[in-house]
Amino acid sequence: MIRFVLNGKEMQLDTPPDRRVVDLLREDLGLTGTKEGCGAGECGACTILVDGESRLSCLMLAAQLQGRSITTIEGLRQGTETGLHPLQEAFVECGAVQCGFCSPGMVLAAAHLLERNPDPSRMEIRAGLSGNLCRCTGYVKIVDAVEAAARKTENKPEETAPKDATP
Amino acid sequence: MKKVLLPRTLCELWRHWQDEPGAAIYAGGTDLLVQMRNAAVHPPALICLERIAELRGIETEGDGIRIGACATHAQLLESALVQQRLPILAQALAVLGSPPIRNMGTIGGNICTASPAGDTLPPLYALDAEVELCRRDGVKHMALQDFIVSPGQTRIDKGEVLTAIWVPKAEGYNLQHYEKAGQRQALAVSIASLAALLRLSAAGLVEKVRLAWGSVGPTIVTCPAAEEALVGKRLTLETLQQAAALVRQSVTPISDVRADAAYRRALAGNLLLRLLAVPR
Repeated sequence: MIRFVLNGKEMQLDTPPDRRVVDLLREDLGLTGTKEGCGAGECGACTILVDGESRLSCLMLAAQLQGRSITTIEGLRQGTETGLHPLQEAFVECGAVQCGFCSPGMVLAAAHLLERNPDPSRMEIRAGLSGNLCRCTGYVKIVDAVEAAARKTENKPEETAPKDATP
Repeated sequence: MKKVLLPRTLCELWRHWQDEPGAAIYAGGTDLLVQMRNAAVHPPALICLERIAELRGIETEGDGIRIGACATHAQLLESALVQQRLPILAQALAVLGSPPIRNMGTIGGNICTASPAGDTLPPLYALDAEVELCRRDGVKHMALQDFIVSPGQTRIDKGEVLTAIWVPKAEGYNLQHYEKAGQRQALAVSIASLAALLRLSAAGLVEKVRLAWGSVGPTIVTCPAAEEALVGKRLTLETLQQAAALVRQSVTPISDVRADAAYRRALAGNLLLRLLAVPR
């Protein structure tokens, strides 16, 4: 029996200990927001937060969830008034989504980044998202969105100039 | 279904291992779980070291620094001790994998995986690091260079686990440089990499130098001849080119999906020329 907290809710699951966390989330719990791209740690699509740290759910086994607190894209918005996390709002407003497959991982990686660095430069955002591949957007609008979300949470006016416009 | 055991202490680890002698040991899982997925290995059970607190600390010990084998790359990068005392290791960690890989992968795992492309290895070779190996009834130490034998092969014995890495006091190196050339800037396996530690006199002469290359041989490659060629000299394009020629003779690269051998050989020398561009 594995006990952990999933998106704020206590869970107690009888699951094979060697089940990959990405399979547990998607197949067993129906949380299909977490995506599987490469299955080998190279694309970031399966990123989740484990005790607030970004980790790859394709390279974690169910047993490793014991006692941990997990946030998936489905749980990120919890406690927000609008039903969307500021990062999710910013992704919508900036048009940072095309096919959407990388977006859950991208948003969670950004959440990890902003938690540690609330006011990142564009270069720091790019470095912070460097484990997440996007084959559609060219990344510019994703970086814009993370920058906008950082401004929002800092309650800075929207017209604040970017800290370093030249990467 | 395989058992996955998560010991909290070394004592528990020995007990689990006795019950499951064929178990594979892992920490971050960033290598082993990929190999299992590719059906390259089929361990009957797994033991994950991530919860053993004894394996995590980063502290000074004597003149040197002792790094617990299960310290993650992210923990090492954030450590003030690593930033101040082992800047070359911090430089390598900053370009290892990606943020989530650094949150999961450990320095001990990078060593035991024994890939010639392992990013922590060239700095640790250049720093003359030692490994600490524990078994149920004892502990032994070994130079990292002796520990790693060939790609994926180490001298770890059955029943032993890598518990720590010991890095001796650095010799006043005032120029520390790690560079990796890959196909992209992040999430890249290196095509070639170089860790360079130099102590330059006030007059700009090389007093001491240690060099170690990744991905240009079956293990990390050192080149005493190139080091000797630099000692007593000023770092000019000419001296570096002389040393680079010696390096190109010493490396034994292979061709693979990332680059061919001739390119790697050229690159191994050229990485040395970059020392001219390091701010100092």
